[in-house]
Amino acid sequence: MSGIVIIGAGQAAGQAAASLRQGKYEGSITILGNETQPPYQRPPLSKQYLSGELGMDRVMVRPEKFYADQDIALHTGTRVESVDRSAKTVTTSSGDSYEYDKLLIATGSRPRILTIPGSDLSGIHYLRTIDDVDSIREAMQTAKKICIVGGGYIGLEVAAVAVTSGLQVTVLEMEDRILQRVTTPEMSEYYHELHAGRGVNIRVNTGVSGFQGEDHVSTVLCGDEKMDADLVIVGIGIIPNIELAEAAGLDCNNGITVDDHCRTSDPHIYAAGDCTNHPNPIMGRRLRLESVPNAMEQARVSASNMLGADKVYASIPWFWSDQYDLKLQMVGFSADGDTSVQRGDKATNQFAVFYLKDGKVVSVDAVNSPREFMVCKQLYGKAVDPAALSDTNVELKTLLN
Amino acid sequence: MPQVKFIEFNGTKHNIDANNGDSIMVTATSNLVPGIDADCGGECSCATCHVLIDAEWQAKLAATSDTEESMLDLNPDRSAESRLSCQIIMSDDLDGIVVNLPEFQY
Repeated sequence: MSGIVIIGAGQAAGQAAASLRQGKYEGSITILGNETQPPYQRPPLSKQYLSGELGMDRVMVRPEKFYADQDIALHTGTRVESVDRSAKTVTTSSGDSYEYDKLLIATGSRPRILTIPGSDLSGIHYLRTIDDVDSIREAMQTAKKICIVGGGYIGLEVAAVAVTSGLQVTVLEMEDRILQRVTTPEMSEYYHELHAGRGVNIRVNTGVSGFQGEDHVSTVLCGDEKMDADLVIVGIGIIPNIELAEAAGLDCNNGITVDDHCRTSDPHIYAAGDCTNHPNPIMGRRLRLESVPNAMEQARVSASNMLGADKVYASIPWFWSDQYDLKLQMVGFSADGDTSVQRGDKATNQFAVFYLKDGKVVSVDAVNSPREFMVCKQLYGKAVDPAALSDTNVELKTLLN
Repeated sequence: MPQVKFIEFNGTKHNIDANNGDSIMVTATSNLVPGIDADCGGECSCATCHVLIDAEWQAKLAATSDTEESMLDLNPDRSAESRLSCQIIMSDDLDGIVVNLPEFQY
Protein backbone atom coordinates (compact mmCIF):
# COMPACT_ATOMS: atom_id res chain seq x y z
CA MET A 1 0.00 0.00 0.00
CA SER A 2 1.53 3.31 -0.95
CA GLY A 3 0.70 6.71 0.41
CA ILE A 4 2.70 9.43 2.06
CA VAL A 5 5.90 8.50 3.86
CA ILE A 6 7.70 10.92 6.17
CA ILE A 7 11.34 10.34 7.05
CA GLY A 8 12.11 11.77 10.46
CA ALA A 9 9.85 12.10 13.50
CA GLY A 10 10.66 15.59 14.71
CA GLN A 11 8.42 18.62 14.84
CA ALA A 12 8.19 19.03 11.06
CA ALA A 13 7.19 15.38 10.66
CA GLY A 14 4.52 15.55 13.35
CA GLN A 15 3.09 18.78 11.98
CA ALA A 16 3.09 17.50 8.40
CA ALA A 17 1.17 14.37 9.41
CA ALA A 18 -1.36 16.45 11.36
CA SER A 19 -1.72 18.92 8.49
CA LEU A 20 -2.30 16.09 6.01
CA ARG A 21 -5.17 14.76 8.11
CA GLN A 22 -6.46 18.28 8.66
CA GLY A 23 -6.36 18.66 4.88
CA LYS A 24 -8.73 15.65 4.63
CA TYR A 25 -6.10 13.32 3.23
CA GLU A 26 -7.43 9.80 3.74
CA GLY A 27 -4.53 7.74 2.38
CA SER A 28 -1.87 6.11 4.47
CA ILE A 29 0.68 8.19 6.39
CA THR A 30 3.83 6.55 7.68
CA ILE A 31 6.36 8.31 9.90
CA LEU A 32 9.78 6.69 10.19
CA GLY A 33 11.93 8.16 12.95
CA ASN A 34 15.17 6.92 14.48
CA GLU A 35 14.47 8.34 17.95
CA THR A 36 12.39 6.28 20.34
CA GLN A 37 9.84 9.02 21.16
CA PRO A 38 6.92 10.39 19.17
CA PRO A 39 7.48 13.92 17.81
CA TYR A 40 8.38 16.29 20.63
CA GLN A 41 9.39 19.90 21.06
CA ARG A 42 13.11 20.51 20.98
CA PRO A 43 13.28 24.13 22.19
CA PRO A 44 12.45 23.31 25.85
CA LEU A 45 15.19 20.66 25.99
CA SER A 46 17.94 23.17 26.76
CA LYS A 47 15.59 25.25 28.91
CA GLN A 48 12.59 24.09 30.98
CA TYR A 49 13.07 20.38 30.33
CA LEU A 50 16.70 20.54 31.42
CA SER A 51 15.76 22.45 34.56
CA GLY A 52 13.00 19.97 35.35
CA GLU A 53 10.30 22.62 35.10
CA LEU A 54 8.61 20.75 32.25
CA GLY A 55 8.17 17.00 32.20
CA MET A 56 8.11 14.67 29.22
CA ASP A 57 4.32 14.92 28.84
CA ARG A 58 4.55 18.70 28.38
CA VAL A 59 7.32 18.40 25.83
CA MET A 60 5.40 16.03 23.56
CA VAL A 61 3.86 17.86 20.62
CA ARG A 62 0.76 15.68 20.79
CA PRO A 63 -0.13 12.71 22.97
CA GLU A 64 1.07 9.39 21.58
CA LYS A 65 -2.49 8.15 21.07
CA PHE A 66 -3.07 10.99 18.61
CA TYR A 67 -1.16 9.07 15.95
CA ALA A 68 -3.18 5.89 16.37
CA ASP A 69 -6.43 7.86 16.56
CA GLN A 70 -5.61 9.57 13.27
CA ASP A 71 -4.47 6.36 11.61
CA ILE A 72 -0.90 7.64 11.29
CA ALA A 73 1.60 4.78 11.36
CA LEU A 74 4.35 6.06 13.65
CA HIS A 75 7.45 3.87 13.57
CA THR A 76 9.92 5.12 16.14
CA GLY A 77 13.36 3.60 16.60
CA THR A 78 13.45 3.11 12.85
CA ARG A 79 16.38 4.27 10.76
CA VAL A 80 15.89 4.75 7.05
CA GLU A 81 18.85 3.44 5.06
CA SER A 82 17.97 4.45 1.54
CA VAL A 83 15.47 6.00 -0.83
CA ASP A 84 14.91 4.39 -4.22
CA ARG A 85 13.40 7.13 -6.36
CA SER A 86 12.67 4.98 -9.39
CA ALA A 87 10.83 2.33 -7.36
CA LYS A 88 9.47 5.05 -5.04
CA THR A 89 10.37 3.11 -1.94
CA VAL A 90 12.33 3.74 1.23
CA THR A 91 14.15 0.94 3.03
CA THR A 92 14.94 0.82 6.73
CA SER A 93 17.98 -0.64 8.45
CA SER A 94 15.92 -3.68 9.46
CA GLY A 95 15.15 -4.31 5.80
CA ASP A 96 11.53 -3.15 5.76
CA SER A 97 10.46 -1.36 2.65
CA TYR A 98 7.75 1.30 2.29
CA GLU A 99 6.25 2.49 -0.99
CA TYR A 100 5.34 6.12 -1.40
CA ASP A 101 3.36 8.30 -3.75
CA LYS A 102 4.83 11.33 -2.05
CA LEU A 103 7.77 11.46 0.31
CA LEU A 104 8.62 14.11 2.89
CA ILE A 105 12.19 14.29 4.11
CA ALA A 106 12.24 15.88 7.56
CA THR A 107 15.52 14.51 8.84
CA GLY A 108 16.52 17.63 10.75
CA SER A 109 20.06 18.17 11.86
CA ARG A 110 22.60 16.76 14.27
CA PRO A 111 25.20 18.32 16.52
CA ARG A 112 28.64 18.98 15.13
CA ILE A 113 30.96 16.56 16.91
CA LEU A 114 34.35 17.44 18.37
CA THR A 115 37.10 15.11 17.28
CA ILE A 116 40.07 16.00 19.42
CA PRO A 117 42.16 13.92 21.83
CA GLY A 118 39.98 12.57 24.63
CA SER A 119 36.69 13.58 23.01
CA ASP A 120 35.36 10.03 23.39
CA LEU A 121 35.67 10.06 27.20
CA SER A 122 32.46 9.63 29.15
CA GLY A 123 31.03 12.78 30.68
CA ILE A 124 31.19 14.64 27.37
CA HIS A 125 27.69 15.33 26.10
CA TYR A 126 25.91 16.87 23.13
CA LEU A 127 22.42 18.28 23.27
CA ARG A 128 19.91 17.53 20.56
CA THR A 129 17.52 14.81 21.73
CA ILE A 130 15.45 14.07 24.78
CA ASP A 131 17.76 11.11 25.49
CA ASP A 132 20.73 13.50 25.42
CA VAL A 133 19.09 15.75 27.99
CA ASP A 134 18.01 12.86 30.20
CA SER A 135 21.66 11.86 30.51
CA ILE A 136 22.78 15.45 31.05
CA ARG A 137 20.19 15.87 33.78
CA GLU A 138 21.37 12.73 35.48
CA ALA A 139 25.00 13.84 35.25
CA MET A 140 24.13 17.26 36.67
CA GLN A 141 22.88 15.59 39.85
CA THR A 142 26.43 14.75 40.88
CA ALA A 143 28.56 17.11 38.79
CA LYS A 144 30.24 20.09 40.40
CA LYS A 145 32.16 21.74 37.59
CA ILE A 146 30.55 21.93 34.19
CA CYS A 147 32.43 23.12 31.15
CA ILE A 148 30.38 24.23 28.16
CA VAL A 149 32.17 24.25 24.84
CA GLY A 150 30.63 26.86 22.56
CA GLY A 151 28.98 30.15 23.48
CA GLY A 152 25.95 29.87 21.23
CA TYR A 153 22.31 29.82 22.32
CA ILE A 154 22.36 26.15 23.34
CA GLY A 155 25.50 26.60 25.42
CA LEU A 156 24.24 29.75 27.10
CA GLU A 157 20.82 28.29 27.84
CA VAL A 158 22.51 25.30 29.48
CA ALA A 159 24.84 27.65 31.36
CA ALA A 160 21.83 29.53 32.75
CA VAL A 161 20.16 26.34 33.98
CA ALA A 162 23.41 24.91 35.38
CA VAL A 163 24.53 27.99 37.29
CA THR A 164 21.02 28.46 38.67
CA SER A 165 21.12 24.91 40.00
CA GLY A 166 24.38 25.62 41.82
CA LEU A 167 27.04 24.22 39.50
CA GLN A 168 30.30 25.97 38.81
CA VAL A 169 30.01 26.89 35.12
CA THR A 170 32.65 27.77 32.54
CA VAL A 171 31.80 28.60 28.93
CA LEU A 172 34.60 28.35 26.38
CA GLU A 173 34.18 30.29 23.16
CA MET A 174 36.66 30.12 20.31
CA GLU A 175 35.69 33.47 18.77
CA ASP A 176 36.35 36.83 20.40
CA ARG A 177 32.76 37.05 21.66
CA ILE A 178 29.87 34.74 22.56
CA LEU A 179 26.96 34.48 20.08
CA GLN A 180 29.40 35.69 17.42
CA ARG A 181 27.69 33.78 14.62
CA VAL A 182 24.17 34.97 15.41
CA THR A 183 24.19 38.44 16.87
CA THR A 184 25.84 41.84 17.04
CA PRO A 185 28.81 42.75 19.25
CA GLU A 186 26.43 44.89 21.29
CA MET A 187 24.08 41.98 22.11
CA SER A 188 27.04 39.67 22.69
CA GLU A 189 28.35 42.10 25.28
CA TYR A 190 24.95 42.35 26.96
CA TYR A 191 24.66 38.57 27.28
CA HIS A 192 28.28 38.22 28.34
CA GLU A 193 27.71 40.63 31.22
CA LEU A 194 24.41 38.99 32.11
CA HIS A 195 26.02 35.56 32.51
CA ALA A 196 29.13 36.91 34.21
CA GLY A 197 26.87 38.68 36.69
CA ARG A 198 25.21 35.37 37.53
CA GLY A 199 28.54 33.73 38.14
CA VAL A 200 29.27 32.07 34.82
CA ASN A 201 32.93 32.16 33.87
CA ILE A 202 33.06 33.01 30.15
CA ARG A 203 36.33 32.61 28.32
CA VAL A 204 36.47 33.99 24.79
CA ASN A 205 39.26 33.40 22.28
CA THR A 206 39.60 30.00 23.90
CA GLY A 207 39.64 26.87 21.79
CA VAL A 208 39.55 23.40 23.32
CA SER A 209 42.46 21.22 22.31
CA GLY A 210 41.65 18.05 24.22
CA PHE A 211 40.20 16.30 27.24
CA GLN A 212 41.85 14.11 29.87
CA GLY A 213 40.57 11.66 32.45
CA GLU A 214 40.39 8.02 33.44
CA ASP A 215 37.36 6.86 31.41
CA HIS A 216 35.48 9.90 32.64
CA VAL A 217 36.51 13.44 31.75
CA SER A 218 38.25 15.35 34.53
CA THR A 219 40.29 17.96 32.68
CA VAL A 220 39.69 20.21 29.70
CA LEU A 221 42.78 21.28 27.79
CA CYS A 222 42.97 24.67 26.11
CA GLY A 223 46.46 24.68 24.65
CA ASP A 224 48.81 24.78 27.62
CA GLU A 225 46.07 25.56 30.07
CA LYS A 226 44.24 22.89 32.07
CA MET A 227 40.80 23.27 33.56
CA ASP A 228 38.97 20.95 35.95
CA ALA A 229 35.57 19.72 34.80
CA ASP A 230 33.49 16.66 35.63
CA LEU A 231 30.83 17.36 33.01
CA VAL A 232 31.27 18.78 29.51
CA ILE A 233 28.50 19.92 27.17
CA VAL A 234 29.52 20.61 23.60
CA GLY A 235 27.34 23.03 21.64
CA ILE A 236 29.31 24.06 18.58
CA GLY A 237 26.61 24.07 15.92
CA ILE A 238 24.60 21.61 13.91
CA ILE A 239 24.91 19.86 10.58
CA PRO A 240 21.85 19.29 8.38
CA ASN A 241 21.03 15.63 7.80
CA ILE A 242 21.22 15.50 4.03
CA GLU A 243 22.99 12.18 3.50
CA LEU A 244 19.86 10.19 2.55
CA ALA A 245 18.77 12.87 0.10
CA GLU A 246 22.26 13.15 -1.35
CA ALA A 247 22.59 9.39 -1.77
CA ALA A 248 19.23 9.39 -3.55
CA GLY A 249 20.62 11.92 -6.02
CA LEU A 250 18.57 14.90 -4.88
CA ASP A 251 20.12 18.34 -5.28
CA CYS A 252 21.78 19.45 -2.06
CA ASN A 253 23.83 22.51 -1.26
CA ASN A 254 24.24 23.31 2.43
CA GLY A 255 20.94 21.53 3.03
CA ILE A 256 18.50 19.74 0.78
CA THR A 257 17.68 22.15 -2.00
CA VAL A 258 13.96 22.89 -2.18
CA ASP A 259 11.92 25.43 -4.11
CA ASP A 260 9.45 27.89 -2.63
CA HIS A 261 6.86 25.06 -2.51
CA CYS A 262 9.20 22.88 -0.38
CA ARG A 263 9.72 20.56 -3.36
CA THR A 264 13.09 18.94 -3.88
CA SER A 265 14.58 18.30 -7.30
CA ASP A 266 12.27 15.23 -7.48
CA PRO A 267 8.61 16.31 -7.88
CA HIS A 268 7.44 13.42 -5.67
CA ILE A 269 9.73 14.38 -2.81
CA TYR A 270 9.36 17.32 -0.45
CA ALA A 271 11.58 18.40 2.43
CA ALA A 272 10.93 20.50 5.51
CA GLY A 273 12.77 21.87 8.52
CA ASP A 274 16.41 22.21 9.52
CA CYS A 275 17.58 19.95 6.69
CA THR A 276 16.39 22.26 3.91
CA ASN A 277 18.03 25.03 1.97
CA HIS A 278 15.10 27.09 0.76
CA PRO A 279 14.40 30.36 -1.00
CA ASN A 280 12.92 33.17 1.07
CA PRO A 281 10.98 35.41 -1.33
CA ILE A 282 10.64 38.18 1.26
CA MET A 283 14.39 38.38 1.80
CA GLY A 284 15.32 37.57 -1.78
CA ARG A 285 17.87 34.93 -0.89
CA ARG A 286 18.22 31.28 0.09
CA LEU A 287 18.35 30.27 3.75
CA ARG A 288 19.10 27.24 5.86
CA LEU A 289 17.53 27.76 9.25
CA GLU A 290 17.80 26.08 12.62
CA SER A 291 14.34 27.02 13.73
CA VAL A 292 11.09 25.50 14.92
CA PRO A 293 8.74 28.04 13.28
CA ASN A 294 10.51 27.29 10.00
CA ALA A 295 10.06 23.53 10.50
CA MET A 296 6.38 23.91 11.38
CA GLU A 297 5.50 26.22 8.50
CA GLN A 298 7.47 24.26 5.90
CA ALA A 299 5.65 21.17 7.14
CA ARG A 300 2.27 22.85 6.62
CA VAL A 301 3.26 24.11 3.18
CA SER A 302 4.62 20.69 2.16
CA ALA A 303 1.46 18.96 3.35
CA SER A 304 -0.80 21.37 1.44
CA ASN A 305 1.24 21.06 -1.72
CA MET A 306 1.42 17.26 -1.49
CA LEU A 307 -2.38 17.40 -1.51
CA GLY A 308 -2.41 19.50 -4.66
CA ALA A 309 -2.38 23.06 -3.36
CA ASP A 310 -0.13 25.77 -4.77
CA LYS A 311 1.23 27.21 -1.57
CA VAL A 312 4.40 29.29 -1.36
CA TYR A 313 6.56 29.28 1.76
CA ALA A 314 7.24 32.91 2.55
CA SER A 315 7.77 33.71 6.22
CA ILE A 316 10.03 36.11 8.01
CA PRO A 317 12.31 33.99 10.21
CA TRP A 318 11.97 34.42 13.96
CA PHE A 319 13.66 32.83 16.93
CA TRP A 320 13.63 32.88 20.69
CA SER A 321 15.95 32.03 23.54
CA ASP A 322 15.21 31.82 27.28
CA GLN A 323 18.05 32.49 29.70
CA TYR A 324 17.33 33.05 33.40
CA ASP A 325 14.22 35.20 33.56
CA LEU A 326 14.97 36.82 30.21
CA LYS A 327 13.08 36.00 27.07
CA LEU A 328 14.89 37.04 23.93
CA GLN A 329 12.71 37.14 20.83
CA MET A 330 14.26 37.85 17.48
CA VAL A 331 12.89 38.67 14.05
CA GLY A 332 15.06 38.43 10.94
CA PHE A 333 18.83 38.73 11.02
CA SER A 334 20.56 41.62 12.74
CA ALA A 335 23.48 41.26 10.33
CA ASP A 336 21.17 42.48 7.56
CA GLY A 337 20.97 45.93 9.13
CA ASP A 338 23.24 48.91 8.57
CA THR A 339 21.93 50.91 11.55
CA SER A 340 20.72 49.92 15.00
CA VAL A 341 18.10 51.71 17.07
CA GLN A 342 17.67 50.90 20.73
CA ARG A 343 14.35 51.23 22.50
CA GLY A 344 14.36 50.97 26.27
CA ASP A 345 17.18 50.77 28.79
CA LYS A 346 19.48 47.75 28.89
CA ALA A 347 19.96 48.22 32.62
CA THR A 348 16.30 47.27 33.15
CA ASN A 349 16.72 44.02 31.18
CA GLN A 350 13.75 45.13 29.13
CA PHE A 351 14.77 46.65 25.83
CA ALA A 352 14.86 46.04 22.13
CA VAL A 353 17.42 46.74 19.46
CA PHE A 354 15.93 47.25 16.02
CA TYR A 355 18.07 46.93 12.93
CA LEU A 356 17.41 49.02 9.85
CA LYS A 357 18.75 48.75 6.35
CA ASP A 358 18.39 51.81 4.13
CA GLY A 359 15.96 53.13 6.72
CA LYS A 360 13.74 50.02 6.64
CA VAL A 361 13.25 47.63 9.55
CA VAL A 362 14.90 44.25 8.92
CA SER A 363 15.38 42.76 12.38
CA VAL A 364 14.93 43.07 16.13
CA ASP A 365 16.47 41.58 19.24
CA ALA A 366 13.79 42.06 21.88
CA VAL A 367 14.65 41.26 25.51
CA ASN A 368 11.56 40.88 27.71
CA SER A 369 9.83 43.07 25.14
CA PRO A 370 7.13 41.06 23.36
CA ARG A 371 5.46 44.22 22.03
CA GLU A 372 8.62 45.23 20.20
CA PHE A 373 8.94 41.71 18.84
CA MET A 374 5.37 41.72 17.56
CA VAL A 375 5.71 45.19 16.08
CA CYS A 376 8.85 44.16 14.20
CA LYS A 377 6.98 41.35 12.50
CA GLN A 378 4.57 43.96 11.19
CA LEU A 379 7.15 46.64 10.41
CA TYR A 380 9.50 44.30 8.55
CA GLY A 381 10.61 45.91 5.30
CA LYS A 382 8.93 49.21 6.12
CA ALA A 383 10.58 52.56 6.68
CA VAL A 384 10.29 54.05 10.16
CA ASP A 385 11.46 57.20 11.86
CA PRO A 386 14.40 56.04 14.02
CA ALA A 387 13.82 58.84 16.53
CA ALA A 388 10.22 57.72 17.12
CA LEU A 389 11.27 54.08 17.29
CA SER A 390 13.83 54.79 20.01
CA ASP A 391 11.48 56.97 22.07
CA THR A 392 9.61 54.87 24.61
CA ASN A 393 7.13 57.71 25.00
CA VAL A 394 6.01 57.11 21.43
CA GLU A 395 3.48 54.28 21.42
CA LEU A 396 4.47 51.47 19.11
CA LYS A 397 0.94 51.41 17.69
CA THR A 398 1.44 54.82 16.11
CA LEU A 399 4.40 53.45 14.14
CA LEU A 400 2.18 50.92 12.43
CA ASN A 401 0.02 53.55 10.75
CA MET B 1 -13.55 15.60 31.47
CA PRO B 2 -14.42 19.21 30.72
CA GLN B 3 -15.56 19.91 27.20
CA VAL B 4 -14.31 22.68 24.90
CA LYS B 5 -16.65 23.83 22.16
CA PHE B 6 -14.48 25.11 19.33
CA ILE B 7 -16.26 26.97 16.56
CA GLU B 8 -14.39 27.69 13.33
CA PHE B 9 -15.02 31.05 11.64
CA ASN B 10 -17.15 29.24 9.06
CA GLY B 11 -19.37 27.80 11.79
CA THR B 12 -17.91 24.27 11.89
CA LYS B 13 -18.11 22.97 15.43
CA HIS B 14 -15.69 20.69 17.26
CA ASN B 15 -16.79 19.52 20.71
CA ILE B 16 -13.67 18.14 22.34
CA ASP B 17 -13.20 16.48 25.72
CA ALA B 18 -10.17 18.08 27.30
CA ASN B 19 -7.83 16.76 29.95
CA ASN B 20 -7.75 18.81 33.10
CA GLY B 21 -4.42 20.64 33.13
CA ASP B 22 -4.09 20.82 29.35
CA SER B 23 -4.22 24.23 27.74
CA ILE B 24 -6.95 25.00 25.23
CA MET B 25 -4.16 25.19 22.63
CA VAL B 26 -2.99 21.64 23.39
CA THR B 27 -6.60 20.48 23.38
CA ALA B 28 -6.98 21.90 19.88
CA THR B 29 -3.74 20.66 18.36
CA SER B 30 -4.14 17.20 19.87
CA ASN B 31 -7.52 16.86 18.21
CA LEU B 32 -6.86 18.34 14.77
CA VAL B 33 -8.90 21.45 15.41
CA PRO B 34 -7.71 23.75 12.63
CA GLY B 35 -6.65 27.38 12.92
CA ILE B 36 -4.32 27.07 15.89
CA ASP B 37 -0.69 26.83 14.82
CA ALA B 38 1.03 27.22 18.17
CA ASP B 39 4.51 27.37 16.68
CA CYS B 40 6.22 28.09 19.99
CA GLY B 41 4.58 25.15 21.74
CA GLY B 42 2.83 27.18 24.43
CA GLU B 43 5.57 29.58 25.48
CA CYS B 44 3.47 32.67 24.83
CA SER B 45 6.08 33.60 22.23
CA CYS B 46 4.33 33.50 18.87
CA ALA B 47 0.67 34.53 19.21
CA THR B 48 -0.42 31.93 16.64
CA CYS B 49 -2.99 30.39 18.98
CA HIS B 50 -5.25 33.44 19.11
CA VAL B 51 -8.88 32.64 19.99
CA LEU B 52 -12.02 34.60 20.81
CA ILE B 53 -13.88 33.98 24.06
CA ASP B 54 -17.01 35.90 25.03
CA ALA B 55 -17.27 38.05 28.15
CA GLU B 56 -19.29 35.50 30.11
CA TRP B 57 -16.61 32.81 29.79
CA GLN B 58 -13.78 35.34 30.09
CA ALA B 59 -15.11 36.16 33.55
CA LYS B 60 -14.22 32.63 34.64
CA LEU B 61 -10.64 32.87 33.35
CA ALA B 62 -7.53 34.23 34.99
CA ALA B 63 -6.74 37.70 33.67
CA THR B 64 -4.22 38.04 30.85
CA SER B 65 -0.61 38.22 32.02
CA ASP B 66 1.61 41.10 30.94
CA THR B 67 3.26 38.88 28.37
CA GLU B 68 -0.02 37.66 26.90
CA GLU B 69 -1.32 41.23 26.85
CA SER B 70 1.83 42.40 25.05
CA MET B 71 1.61 39.64 22.47
CA LEU B 72 -2.03 40.47 21.72
CA ASP B 73 -1.83 44.23 22.00
CA LEU B 74 -0.44 45.12 18.60
CA ASN B 75 -2.50 42.69 16.60
CA PRO B 76 -4.73 44.85 14.41
CA ASP B 77 -7.42 42.15 14.65
CA ARG B 78 -7.40 42.06 18.42
CA SER B 79 -10.80 42.41 20.07
CA ALA B 80 -12.10 42.42 23.63
CA GLU B 81 -12.65 38.67 23.24
CA SER B 82 -9.05 37.93 22.24
CA ARG B 83 -7.00 35.47 24.25
CA LEU B 84 -4.02 33.22 23.56
CA SER B 85 -5.28 29.69 23.98
CA CYS B 86 -1.90 28.40 25.24
CA GLN B 87 -2.44 30.48 28.38
CA ILE B 88 -5.83 29.01 29.32
CA ILE B 89 -5.61 25.82 31.32
CA MET B 90 -8.63 23.54 31.34
CA SER B 91 -10.39 22.54 34.54
CA ASP B 92 -13.85 21.31 35.44
CA ASP B 93 -14.91 24.92 36.03
CA LEU B 94 -14.47 25.57 32.34
CA ASP B 95 -16.64 22.66 31.20
CA GLY B 96 -18.53 23.80 28.10
CA ILE B 97 -16.34 26.81 27.31
CA VAL B 98 -17.02 28.20 23.84
CA VAL B 99 -13.88 29.06 21.88
CA ASN B 100 -14.23 30.85 18.57
CA LEU B 101 -11.42 30.58 16.04
CA PRO B 102 -10.69 33.82 14.21
CA GLU B 103 -10.67 33.96 10.43
CA PHE B 104 -7.42 35.95 10.29
CA GLN B 105 -5.47 33.02 11.66
CA TYR B 106 -6.34 30.65 8.79
